[in-house]
Amino acid sequence: MSSTPRAGRTGPFALAHPLPLTDPGSDGSPRAGSALTRRAFGAAAATGMLALSGCGGGSTGDPSTIRIVDYYNTPADDVAIDGTFSQCAEELGLTFSRERVPGDQLIQKVLQMGSSRTLPDLLMLDNPNVQQVAASGALAPLEQYGITTEGITDSVADLGMHDGTLYGIAPTVNTIALFYNVEMLEDAGVEPPTTWTELRSAAEALTTEDRYGFAFSAIASYEGTFQFMPFLWSNGGDETELDGEGVLGASRFWSDCVTAGLTSRSVVNWGQGDVIDQFKAGNAAMVVNGPWNIAGLHDDTPDLEWDVVTIPVPAAGDESVAPLGGEVWTVPVTGDEEKQRKAAELLKAFVTPENQLFMAGERSTIPGDAEAARQFAAENPDLSTFVEQVSTARSRTAKLGPEWPRTAKAIYTANQRVLVDDTDPAEAYDEAARTVS
Amino acid sequence: MTTTQNPAPAKTSRAPAAAPRGRPRLTGDLLIRYAFVFPALIYMIAFFGYPIIKNVVMSFQAYDFTTFFNGHAPFIGFDNYAATFSDPIFLRALGNTALFTIGSIIGQFVIGMGLALYFRRKFPLSGFLRSLLLLPWLLPMIVSAAVWRWILEQDNGALNEFLSGIGLVSDPIPWLNSSDTALIAVIMVNIWLGIPFNVVLLYSGLQSIPDELYEAGQLDGATGWKSFRHITLPMLRPVVSVVLLLGVIYTIKVLDLIIGLTGGGPANATQTLATRSYEMSFIEFDFGQGAALSNILILIALAFSLVYLRANARAAQNG
Repeated sequence: MSSTPRAGRTGPFALAHPLPLTDPGSDGSPRAGSALTRRAFGAAAATGMLALSGCGGGSTGDPSTIRIVDYYNTPADDVAIDGTFSQCAEELGLTFSRERVPGDQLIQKVLQMGSSRTLPDLLMLDNPNVQQVAASGALAPLEQYGITTEGITDSVADLGMHDGTLYGIAPTVNTIALFYNVEMLEDAGVEPPTTWTELRSAAEALTTEDRYGFAFSAIASYEGTFQFMPFLWSNGGDETELDGEGVLGASRFWSDCVTAGLTSRSVVNWGQGDVIDQFKAGNAAMVVNGPWNIAGLHDDTPDLEWDVVTIPVPAAGDESVAPLGGEVWTVPVTGDEEKQRKAAELLKAFVTPENQLFMAGERSTIPGDAEAARQFAAENPDLSTFVEQVSTARSRTAKLGPEWPRTAKAIYTANQRVLVDDTDPAEAYDEAARTVS
Repeated sequence: MTTTQNPAPAKTSRAPAAAPRGRPRLTGDLLIRYAFVFPALIYMIAFFGYPIIKNVVMSFQAYDFTTFFNGHAPFIGFDNYAATFSDPIFLRALGNTALFTIGSIIGQFVIGMGLALYFRRKFPLSGFLRSLLLLPWLLPMIVSAAVWRWILEQDNGALNEFLSGIGLVSDPIPWLNSSDTALIAVIMVNIWLGIPFNVVLLYSGLQSIPDELYEAGQLDGATGWKSFRHITLPMLRPVVSVVLLLGVIYTIKVLDLIIGLTGGGPANATQTLATRSYEMSFIEFDFGQGAALSNILILIALAFSLVYLRANARAAQNG
């Protein structure tokens, strides 16, 4: 369901911070990829989990307790988010209780809470849903509480905007780029591709009897659309004009890779987690995927030498435009003005650039603040390609707002028809354009 | 045997059994009788009546994402039904539902019957093997679906490895990746899942056929196919009708298996009324149209339920 899924984000992570719960954000040292510090994880996480279960039993009915709902369930996410909230709440003299919902059930849960008037004081939403919820009038505009988009790049700010008003803020974001197997490329004598032509010829050189040169997710869900967007946008396509040449060209590129046997036809059933698993298993030499896999790659396949480049573009000189992923924090309208104000206060402290840097490091995501992102890239070379990809990335809902999910569905449905049945992209997207009109 | 499979008749028979305990000569005797029925009635209304009525009402409303927040759901008459019937995927989903149900039932029943007949013979380990058959029933559906996804994988899946290993196919079959084979693959897995249900019911039905009948038949020359055709089948008839009808009702609404295997894809090839209804409500958030679709599904299942109840009543009469 989620277009920035958590699949594959299991296992330990680079957790260099010695006291993640009490002192988040003060340590700016590089932490990704350090094997030694990762050993400290077990102990740190155990302490963290104990602390969490300690406050998990806290009273939710307490008028001064801020109720928080999110879907950060993996230990790395959980520790980073909880640690940051703990510190902010302590400084502000507030208490909070967090409820973690399985990722694919969050939006249903939000609907339930909406209809029973039990929305929390702070609510995390996956960014493509923000405009839908904001359009329902369930969220409070943030500017009245002094939360602004200052310092944040425009496209990251877009994630929380609806009709020109700011309803949510994303402390960190992610996107997708092209992972490649260094050894396989060296053996085949090819350079990491930068254009579609290079990607195509590299995939040809890398495809053997036992492996495919190139893989992506074209599953019939928002994930499939998420992965298609870099190709669509970089080719000058427009989500408001699905039968346009830019869209058709991108679909044709995917289709050609599959019909030529460079990409498995199974991609129509692969989620992003399946794609990275194929990469780990050596069944695919180049795959489209996101930074949330980095911890898993270090952990599951320590001997696999991989690197990342931005998604190749149609022709040299074109801009590689990927979609932004990530979660946006909002303040729902609960009717309790005083509490909304307190929640906003907590949120404001939560999203400061220092906290963004801390959470980005712990969770392999990219700070939303432009200056923090630059600092982050310098300190985390592993993630610098993603920082670069984020700098040109776009919000999927920027143009279509609450209408985006319908278009996203039309896009993955059309791609399925093209890749499964070899339907001509023009025909598939002609119908897609009609279903959203 | 049939009543243990179906809690509904058992429940209705329990209430009248309790009623005569009231003292019949007192005034308000009727009230006391109703008081005994009351808890069951409340339960039925709260947990079966209300959701169904709510679902029917919803199908006449524009019930979408915003409704949950502002409670605003205007009545729009039959618009949801009109939209459902004009949806190009609807006909496909309807056809797929029919194929999926018929294919699954035939496969489950034929294999289930074969296994039940096989296990009627006494042989070493037959009890152990019979309990192994229940395995698909014990596994959570999501686990089964995930494992079958691996087995059916085109490039490295176990099934294709096996088929090409014994030289049956030269090119791997795109089980879940082609709109020609995806529905067949999903039906295959559902047959595997449904076999235990069929075996257990048919086996216990076979146990209740007296051996004397076969002995008498043998004297008249009824052996093998003849004894199956003229003794086993007629004696098993009530059980068979129950197995088939419950099978249809269970199969027609299968959602989790299809969602787990293909999510209704690829390219809507395995979309059924149940998956489409789920998609409408929980992915597109058009709860009105989702409700309309599920009402259509309920009507179809209800038609089969009525047939089942009548067959059940007839079987009870025949003793």
